Amino acid sequence: MAERSFAKEVQQLRIGAGQEFRGEGILALTKALLQCGVGYVGGYQGAPISHLMDVLADGEEILSELGVHFEASANEAAAGATLAASVHYPIRGAVAWKSTVGTNVASDALANLASGGVTGGALIVVGEDYGEGSSIMQERSHAFAMKSQIWLLDPRPNLESIVKAVEDGFELSEASNTPVMLQVRIRACHVHGRFIAKDNQRPKMTVAEALENPRRDSARVVLPPAAFAHEHEKVDRRWPAAVDFVRERKLNERFGPEDGRVGIVLQGGMYNGVLRALQLLGLADVYGESRIPLYVLNVTYPLVDDEFLAFCAGKDAVLVVEEGQPNYLEQAFGAMLHNADSPTRLRGKDPFPKAGEYTGQVMLDGIRAFLRDHAAEMLSDQDRAPNRSQDAVPAEELAAAVPPRPPGFCTGCPERPIFAAMKLVEKDLGEHHIAGDIGCHLFASLPPFNMGATTMGYGLGPASASAFNVPAGKRSISIIGDGGFWHNGLNSSIGGAVFNKSNGLVVVVDNNYTAATGGQDILSSRASNASRSTKHPIANAIRGMGVDWVRQIDRTYDVPKMRATMKEALTTDAPGLKVIVASSECMLNRQRREKPQRAEAVKDGKRIVQPRFGVDEDVCTGDHACIRLSGCPSLSVKRLDDPLRDDPVAAIDESCVGCGNCGEVADAAVLCPSFYRADVVHNPNAFDRFLHRLRSRLIGALQGRRARGRLDFSGMPARAG
Amino acid sequence: MSAATESTGSAGGATAARQRIIKLAVLAVGGQGGGVLSDWITATAEENGWRAQSTSVPGVAQRTGATVYYIEMVPDEGRQPVFSLMPTPGDVDIVVAAELMEAGRAIQRGFVTADRTTLITSTHRALALIEKAEPGDGIRPNAPVLDIARRSCARLIAADMERLARSHGSMISASLFGALAGAGVLPFTAEQFKETIRAGGRGVEASLRAFDAGRTSVELNPEPAASEDAACAPAAPSDPAGPKALQDAYAALTARVASYPAPAQAMLAAGLQKVVDFQDLAYGAEYLDRVDAVLALDKRIDGGSRNFLLTVDAAKYIANAMAYDDVVRVADLKTRASRFARVRAEMGVGEGQVLHTTEFMHPRMEEVCGTLPAGLGRWIEARPGLMRNLDRLVNRGRRVRTDGLFWFLMLYGVGGLRRWRRGMLRHKVEQAHLEAWLAEMRRVAEQDYDLAVEVLRCRRLVKGYSDTHARGESKFARVIGAIPLVEGRPDAADWIRRLRELALKDEAGEALDGGIRTLREL
Repeated sequence: MAERSFAKEVQQLRIGAGQEFRGEGILALTKALLQCGVGYVGGYQGAPISHLMDVLADGEEILSELGVHFEASANEAAAGATLAASVHYPIRGAVAWKSTVGTNVASDALANLASGGVTGGALIVVGEDYGEGSSIMQERSHAFAMKSQIWLLDPRPNLESIVKAVEDGFELSEASNTPVMLQVRIRACHVHGRFIAKDNQRPKMTVAEALENPRRDSARVVLPPAAFAHEHEKVDRRWPAAVDFVRERKLNERFGPEDGRVGIVLQGGMYNGVLRALQLLGLADVYGESRIPLYVLNVTYPLVDDEFLAFCAGKDAVLVVEEGQPNYLEQAFGAMLHNADSPTRLRGKDPFPKAGEYTGQVMLDGIRAFLRDHAAEMLSDQDRAPNRSQDAVPAEELAAAVPPRPPGFCTGCPERPIFAAMKLVEKDLGEHHIAGDIGCHLFASLPPFNMGATTMGYGLGPASASAFNVPAGKRSISIIGDGGFWHNGLNSSIGGAVFNKSNGLVVVVDNNYTAATGGQDILSSRASNASRSTKHPIANAIRGMGVDWVRQIDRTYDVPKMRATMKEALTTDAPGLKVIVASSECMLNRQRREKPQRAEAVKDGKRIVQPRFGVDEDVCTGDHACIRLSGCPSLSVKRLDDPLRDDPVAAIDESCVGCGNCGEVADAAVLCPSFYRADVVHNPNAFDRFLHRLRSRLIGALQGRRARGRLDFSGMPARAG
Repeated sequence: MSAATESTGSAGGATAARQRIIKLAVLAVGGQGGGVLSDWITATAEENGWRAQSTSVPGVAQRTGATVYYIEMVPDEGRQPVFSLMPTPGDVDIVVAAELMEAGRAIQRGFVTADRTTLITSTHRALALIEKAEPGDGIRPNAPVLDIARRSCARLIAADMERLARSHGSMISASLFGALAGAGVLPFTAEQFKETIRAGGRGVEASLRAFDAGRTSVELNPEPAASEDAACAPAAPSDPAGPKALQDAYAALTARVASYPAPAQAMLAAGLQKVVDFQDLAYGAEYLDRVDAVLALDKRIDGGSRNFLLTVDAAKYIANAMAYDDVVRVADLKTRASRFARVRAEMGVGEGQVLHTTEFMHPRMEEVCGTLPAGLGRWIEARPGLMRNLDRLVNRGRRVRTDGLFWFLMLYGVGGLRRWRRGMLRHKVEQAHLEAWLAEMRRVAEQDYDLAVEVLRCRRLVKGYSDTHARGESKFARVIGAIPLVEGRPDAADWIRRLRELALKDEAGEALDGGIRTLREL
């Protein structure tokens, strides 16, 4: 069950011609695929593409009505390989993933696909996770397009343009027998907007029809001598075909006046940012009417030389708005101008900064600086020579007042106790080299745990500890999530370690979903899924790979057991790889599933026991050791209204889900007896009530007896003026 | 007042007055419903003749980090405007912050400017991890952020929107939506806002109540309420409940409090209450005797000119030292009727419901020895082999059901050992520690009043149970041990204060050791 259900939104996928679609960019993209008669769709989740995968999963009924096959791919390489169905058959296919990480994984398949070329339109939708909120290394997908000769679309970030790019992309792919990459940035994926829909189309040929009528052409197989022919074919035939298509269909757009001394060339995705800067400079209006000529590259590869040179003709200077490094566009344009002996000055990474996101401020500063140098008369006095007013509040004062808020594990997360146990093990056995992986568990590398030295790729945690497979006084520890395990870890990490007789410890963090990407099901998910095969235990797969020392822990919250098992793994004489599979369900998913059920059951009068944790504030001494071993959002501190107390005490708020971590940690680390679990029994049965009455009476009597012999201050505030 | 339809500088002179886009940023902590609020705002605009666009950057921020939602809107003239997908610093009309420090972050990012931004913020705190994890008090104060906010924006609306929402059984998104309506910065009526909530169809009634509370908070409270730092009014003194004879004896002790200099009385009363509650009335008298001695010293060294600071701090820290955290105290606190009632109230246990409480205890042999008669305890502790063997029997985590009879009786029994506490090993150890500490205070008081006060305050470092307690005592010892290094210097007290603050910065006391190293180099 994914984190977000699109069951309601997917109904919009059914709307027909002329109706208005309203919603998020990623949903519009899905609708566009259906309008184009796509035959099959695949992909791998990861922000910002997760929602697309969730939409497709929730919309499977609609897809199958149209004869469209949807595959939740094992990883991006598998997704890329799926496009093989468009090599010989005139079937349109689309795959999607998070880039650049997903494109890295898929590049083997993509390079082979691009070499042989395609018959049916092949579209690769990449969610460009760059800039604010990104969780990955900052790179560009552009390089992949260039090195494999895949065409790259970067449409203006509004729903209409994105939908049109899907249509154009398929046609461009077919016209040039080349796969096409459609790049959408994270904000464009989540942008809420509207467009006028068209009817969905059934694929001209379904994959079933292709399967029943197989075709092959060995000239399309990447083997010598065909592979050598492909290289020439790419350059001599497919490239010119693509350029012609882009030019004839006017995929790149021109805005603003025909003439002008200066102009701006921009990636389509930068359009709204550029327009905002021009609006702020008084050079464009709300509807995009610009006083500066704009050349918008909805296709950023291949470039159309004559189009660009025509735009530059008669201009003193042209600014390239190209986000990220290297500045491939600027380099290519520079070469074009040079070869054409053009006098036009080209500017780009100066005035823009060499690296980093083109935020609102960066865009404004860059364009203003460009215009100041080359068309100062277009700027207001203020913009020509801005008097930067002092900030109202000095930055240092703000930094001192506002604490940073890094992300961390959710309330009740089952991964927290794993790392709490690991921290306790380190107290006993000393620090270890810990190799991290991709997934929620990477939050362990942030406070309060500060564990995990590297992250080398999805499913590569244990593989990234390979070099440490040497005799030494300590063993390496590596982490891998269940998502990474099935993505490629079983082979790259476990298989490799078994084969090389590794002596290290692998901790598989199994929370029943690919939780970090939004809780999608995988092979080892324990839920039933009507359209997928689940419930394949990770431990079985690991044993099948040849690991003898495997421990399955089915309740990660058991910190003492977790600690003892890790300690054993790090000290045992048993040879070979040690694997601990630590399994408990992702708490976000679990609460989403159980909360409504629980509320319903309580309403129906069923007996329900609901746990929550609390802290006895007069027992807590305010050292916060519990927080340093937890970091749970529901475990906080509060100041007491007591003049005798200097430090705030621990407190648990009502968002607590009763996972038990704080009690277990207090026990395992021998912290303090302040924590208690309160189980509230809703709709108690007759026996509950009888026992409760009996206990209350006896306990009450004893409490009364003691109270009679002492003073009771509980009604008095301990408070000084 | 609406931010729309203002005229701005002309673009090429072609259009004189143009629509101005309203720009709004919502800053929320993951899980606060920032997405719901952002959807509501967008829907309200779209349903009432405006074009709107919203975006967000969730990604990892979804997991308890900070998230920014960004919305732009303009009256619908049948054409699609070009909206930006991210805010430009200095170009945001309205900022809604769902937590006080997120308002600070919005200012940090340049979204809030004095010439135009209306800043609506909740004043409640969701503490960041670094605030919570410090062994001392790491909570950042509200006042500086509110002060910065006031200086940074055109108009500030600040109220505890979290409390408002919760008191109406709803989420903060609803009260913030109400405050946004109440602020009058968007060109929509309250009814139009409410219509959006109704159209959502989930938890409508509670949301509407929270909405109204948020809206009225703006009208009632144009300026932010007094911050949490404001001093609480002292509560009227009252008498403890209990047998008449004990009450009378207690009154005799409080009479001694009344004879103290005014600045020390409140602290002394609190301290007296704590030690009597810990042990008995005689213990209270012992406490007062100890503070009496400090007062005599204080008077002799001209403490009057310093508001008897030495006595005030002695009243505080001697009480804390005497009411140390031992097994008996924990058992006593856990089995009291008042505690049972408090847990029921905190957990919201209703009449028809039953509550089970489970305590997480992990006694070690050290704690058992501390509870034995001093001689026996010492005898066992002197034999490491025996200690180890016994520890094996005792030392394990125990889940203790205090609502069940067996464990209640066990703890009740341990709590009842109170009357023999004075003979226990732990008590002897604590007494010796206390006396040594007070002796050190007396020694330095003769030459340096402020240093003596700092010596008292070092007691703050001793806290916790088992390892935590040992760590605290070691930090205490390290700071007290540094006194000879600074004695005689005019800034000696300052140094000890600084060392104590460093000791509370991290768990192992690395910052403290660094401080002591610096001191040795002086």
